[in-house]
Amino acid sequence: MTAPLVEMRDISIQFGGVRAVDGVSLDLMPGEVVGLLGHNGAGKSTLIKILSGAYQASSGEIRVNGEPADIRSTRDAKKYGIETIYQTLALADNIDAAGNLFLGRELMTPWGTLDEERMAAETRGVMQRLNPNFRNLTTPVRSLSGGQRQSVAIARAIHFNARILIMDEPTAALGPAETRMVADLIRQLKAEGIGIFLISHDIHDVYDLADRCAVMKNGKMVGVVRTKDLSKDDILGMIIMGKNPVTGAVVY
Amino acid sequence: MTATSPATATTRPTARGVLDALDLDTRMLAMVGALGVIWVVFDLVTGGVFLTPRNLWNLAVQTSSVATMATGMVLVIVARYIDLSVGALLGLTGMVMAVIQARWLPGMGDISWIAALVGGALLAGAVGGLQGWWIAYRGVPAFIVTLAGLLIYRGLAWWMTSGQTVAPLNPSFEVIGGGLDGSIGAFWSWVLGIAAVLALVARAVHARRRRRQFGCLTRPLWAEAAVLLVQVVPVIAFVMVMNAYLQPRTGIPMGIPVPVLIVIAVTLVMTVVATRTRFGRYVFAIGGNPEAAELSGINVKRITVWIFVVMGLLVAVGAAIATARLKAGLNATGELDELRVIAAAVIGGTSLAGGVGTIFGAVLGALTMQSLQSGMVLLGLPSPMQNVVIGAVLVFAVWLDQSYRRGKL
Repeated sequence: MTAPLVEMRDISIQFGGVRAVDGVSLDLMPGEVVGLLGHNGAGKSTLIKILSGAYQASSGEIRVNGEPADIRSTRDAKKYGIETIYQTLALADNIDAAGNLFLGRELMTPWGTLDEERMAAETRGVMQRLNPNFRNLTTPVRSLSGGQRQSVAIARAIHFNARILIMDEPTAALGPAETRMVADLIRQLKAEGIGIFLISHDIHDVYDLADRCAVMKNGKMVGVVRTKDLSKDDILGMIIMGKNPVTGAVVY
Repeated sequence: MTATSPATATTRPTARGVLDALDLDTRMLAMVGALGVIWVVFDLVTGGVFLTPRNLWNLAVQTSSVATMATGMVLVIVARYIDLSVGALLGLTGMVMAVIQARWLPGMGDISWIAALVGGALLAGAVGGLQGWWIAYRGVPAFIVTLAGLLIYRGLAWWMTSGQTVAPLNPSFEVIGGGLDGSIGAFWSWVLGIAAVLALVARAVHARRRRRQFGCLTRPLWAEAAVLLVQVVPVIAFVMVMNAYLQPRTGIPMGIPVPVLIVIAVTLVMTVVATRTRFGRYVFAIGGNPEAAELSGINVKRITVWIFVVMGLLVAVGAAIATARLKAGLNATGELDELRVIAAAVIGGTSLAGGVGTIFGAVLGALTMQSLQSGMVLLGLPSPMQNVVIGAVLVFAVWLDQSYRRGKL
């Protein structure tokens, strides 16, 4: 059996006196899609921000490929091949697609200046694969449509050989056609052996895509279940009631 | 790539098509146009005194100090900060430069003015860094930190000499301020002008080749030539005007003043910094979306400190120009310059909401403000009334800019 791509063990984080995440464990195998579900404020985004380096856990351990991983910043996380597509997309609206795609990882000329042409050319290459209709490479991303902005955020995550991909509500702002495009992309990335965390508050977004579903409530893990063992209603029950249908344990 | 060259090259040129093919910054063109209108109107009202080589030469020199600092203010404002301390810091730095050469190292020849420049730059850079540190690592808003700076540095500038004026300065230092001996003469002006034209041509050729190489769209050739012409003609006109101003008694052409050369150099360097370096890219990213910048792994705090260090260094350059022009260190030098510098950046299209601004725009903004001021001086308008006009123009210019942006989006 191969080692999990990611193991999060007994992760907790406190903000002031509030335990936003309380003793949560979760793992992810290569080529696996794990849906992370829960109401707003359940702690899913906080948990995932610990993995992506935006927050640091108060206690607990993260392992990547079986080795302990020391993740103190988003830069560290990227070194471990962990890429994140944030719900807010985290794009600098005043900068063009290529600038955003390479933000923090710019390609440089031998003279130490930004290599705009090479970045634009590579961006065109990635976007060709993701969204062939995408042509506005030199306009600030502010003036792009929701789907196009999403494409830029996704391109940024997959262009740097991500092994672990975190997608926070990836289809929240998209129309049906674009949602289908993202679903196809998730299947394609999964086939390439990339592990994906799919975060959502809506079971319908993830049921068809996720191999397993992890449900959180009030900062605690309700349970991690194989998606095909349960119906949508069962998982919805976990989200609402906080009751694990296998063990019967209840999170309040 | 010839198959995919823009369709505008083959279709009949419509007005829209021509504009698209030229791919110009229409906003910048509008600013240049507005400046042209101001110049022509003042020339008409003053009976032809405004557009003379002498007035334009003086205008260029008078703009230098504020224009230099405005290039730094662009970065500050783009990153969503503000710096109210630049005028006071200019006063303190200029005072320190004067004291070093006139009191500490008099009669030391070139060492005294070089020491003054280095000392002033170190001081202003360090002060800027300290302000940046308070803002980035201690979380005090930039408005407050630099407002405190305004009070502190102006006070210290007075304290240095208990308000006494410091003179005389080293003659080599005074060259920085442009005076009668502060120009490079006709020959070197032409050498620089021709070098600039060659550089512009080389840049256009190089850029076109790179864009071709990576399969980006290129302008049609005629448009490329037209754009190049728009850049080359002002350069030549500028050299001709500067050379047309003759030294009063001797009749020798003045040529480009040293402070103006400094502004040109600063503008070039800062444009490269803002648009072609990681640092510049991060400054704009912070201004566009601070959270996204942080999540991309950008060290926002460290960049913030460096923004204020750069601002401080540019204040030192401005202080050298202003002090050398006055030929003395005064504690009141640069009073209200913070407002002129901020206004220049804003008139030049820098958005106070952050994320938007150009270095060249800020320099044009400074030139616009100084043109208004000079014109009103020529008309004999009292100084308080000049401020009334400039205040009104500031509001009008920002309103115009925002309307333009909204119309475009």
